[in-house]
Amino acid sequence: MNYVAMKMLLGDRAKYLGLVFAVGFSAMLMAHQASIFWGVMRRTTSQIVDVKDASIWVMDPRVKYVDEVWPLPDSDLYRVRGVEGVEWAVRFFRGTARAKTEDGGFQAFILVGFDDSTLAGAPRRMTLGSLADLRNPDAVAIDEDGYRFLWPGEPFRLGKTLEMNDRRAAIVGVVKSSAPFQPTPVVYTRFSQAIRFVGRERNMVSFILANPRPGESPDSICRRITERTGLAAMTRDEFISKTIRYYIRHTGIPVNFGITVALAFIVGAVVAGQTFYIFTIENLKQFGALKAIGVTNSRITGMILLQALVVGLMGFAVGMGLTAAFFESTKNISHLRGFYLMWEVMAGTGASVLTIIVLSSLLSVRRVYVLEPAYVFRGGN
Amino acid sequence: MQNQQIAVRCRGIAKEFGEGESRTQVLRGIDLDVRLGQMSFLVGPSGCGKTTLLSVIAGLLERTDGELHVLGADVSRLSDREKVVFRRENIGFMFQQFNLLPALSAAENVSVPLLAAKFPREAALSRACALLGALGLSERYKALPSELSGGQQQRVALARALIHDPRLLVCDEPTSSLDAETGHAVMDLLASTAVRPDRAVLVVTHDSRVFDFADTTAYMNDGRIVNMDERNNGRRRDPHEDENNSPGAFTGNVHIRGRVGS
Repeated sequence: MNYVAMKMLLGDRAKYLGLVFAVGFSAMLMAHQASIFWGVMRRTTSQIVDVKDASIWVMDPRVKYVDEVWPLPDSDLYRVRGVEGVEWAVRFFRGTARAKTEDGGFQAFILVGFDDSTLAGAPRRMTLGSLADLRNPDAVAIDEDGYRFLWPGEPFRLGKTLEMNDRRAAIVGVVKSSAPFQPTPVVYTRFSQAIRFVGRERNMVSFILANPRPGESPDSICRRITERTGLAAMTRDEFISKTIRYYIRHTGIPVNFGITVALAFIVGAVVAGQTFYIFTIENLKQFGALKAIGVTNSRITGMILLQALVVGLMGFAVGMGLTAAFFESTKNISHLRGFYLMWEVMAGTGASVLTIIVLSSLLSVRRVYVLEPAYVFRGGN
Repeated sequence: MQNQQIAVRCRGIAKEFGEGESRTQVLRGIDLDVRLGQMSFLVGPSGCGKTTLLSVIAGLLERTDGELHVLGADVSRLSDREKVVFRRENIGFMFQQFNLLPALSAAENVSVPLLAAKFPREAALSRACALLGALGLSERYKALPSELSGGQQQRVALARALIHDPRLLVCDEPTSSLDAETGHAVMDLLASTAVRPDRAVLVVTHDSRVFDFADTTAYMNDGRIVNMDERNNGRRRDPHEDENNSPGAFTGNVHIRGRVGS
């Protein structure tokens, strides 16, 4: 009877496509909004993600997320270096600066300062220029989006200059960085250079980047650093999670996206559910005939569930395809890059689609269960 | 011996719909025997209860009162699931509106009762094609119902009703959606292919054009059987013998056992 169920489903192409579209649209809405939400959340951690060298971040215990900096004294760097199991530890600066551009305007920047001698913490993906050039006096690198923001329409070219804190900064590299949370250009330079650009204060170390010795686990080293220094130490992934948790708890972003995803689920449930329910009800006479002929209720339930699963699967595939196509087509647009379809979102959407489709098919099945097969005899006497 | 020939035995069958003030009594104590090897008609005006009686006999509706034996089985003792299996194995259905599945070809429609009995699909289709060929539709077995004429659709429905070789065939107004000529042709086919010594055919109709096909006729009105008629000792007349036959002209000995309604 599965064959009959499939023929019933596919026999009316228009209805079938309508069903698949309804489920596909709902799936796309849910996956799209959920992906953008997680994309935005990931963007909040771009400064952490782009530091590839260190597996441990050390900071003041009051730091709640990467953008909130409580500067540490230089002495803390040496204390961390003194903890057993730490292979190396370096200073890392993260702050904001204001630069005077070539045309006389002013522009705010995120300023990242990495270790002068080892360049640990420096960006690794250079579109133009080389990492070694950052050792030159006044040398800075800028992220691609920042470059486009400052010099729209111009091809990437080295040698342009900025002025920060009355100091000249020469662009020697263009960096392919992760999509940032804020549309602010990111300027990378050595630590010593960075503090000149923002002006020296008593404490200038935003974070301490560290790595454990081979054979030591980052988790145990983090615990050891905290025990010995009183500083907060966490792995890169823990810091990413902490930052995301902060934004989830303290901003309206998750609520707003959550509402959108919930609405998508409700709209999807209503549209897909109702469409499938109507599809079954329209076939009620056919199911009545099958019941009269001797097809059991459980068999008909199986037929309806099979139809629902096929519609759900096809709709899910269409929805995921459309979502993936959207992100693929926007991956090079600066303000839309960094969003992609995560497998977790796919799994969640799949579970939601399954829930919607099973609920609607159960509603339909209920009608079939209570249907008197005598209905096919013109419904009575 | 007489009992062995009886396919359906109804005694005091009553059926009510609704409760309280909205309660409607549709069948009021029906006594009826339907014999094997005969084509029995239930006739009467619309709303008289004949389709309800057919539904009760076929196990599609529960009776409110009375005794019912179908092919020797006390249907009231069967569970719902057993009733379904009983229907699947023993009863064939022809519906007024054919009720063919529109997405299935003629052969696929015919094969449905076998598929319901978990027959292999290829074997079921092969048997369906053979039966359609016997009913003159060998060229149309791939056609969808929408591509068939009314007469052809009813022939497909007949094939579907017969494919699993049921011992009782119930037909609800099989000709009312057809013109006179096609209706006659369908009834001819029904009489020639469905009626066998080991099978009973029960037809509900108010189409007077086909009354001559009946071996026995039970006339119903207001939930009761008001008249019984069996002609030629239960043998059908040639319906083409007299094109001017009318229900009022029926004569002959009444062998069908029935209670004339009060």
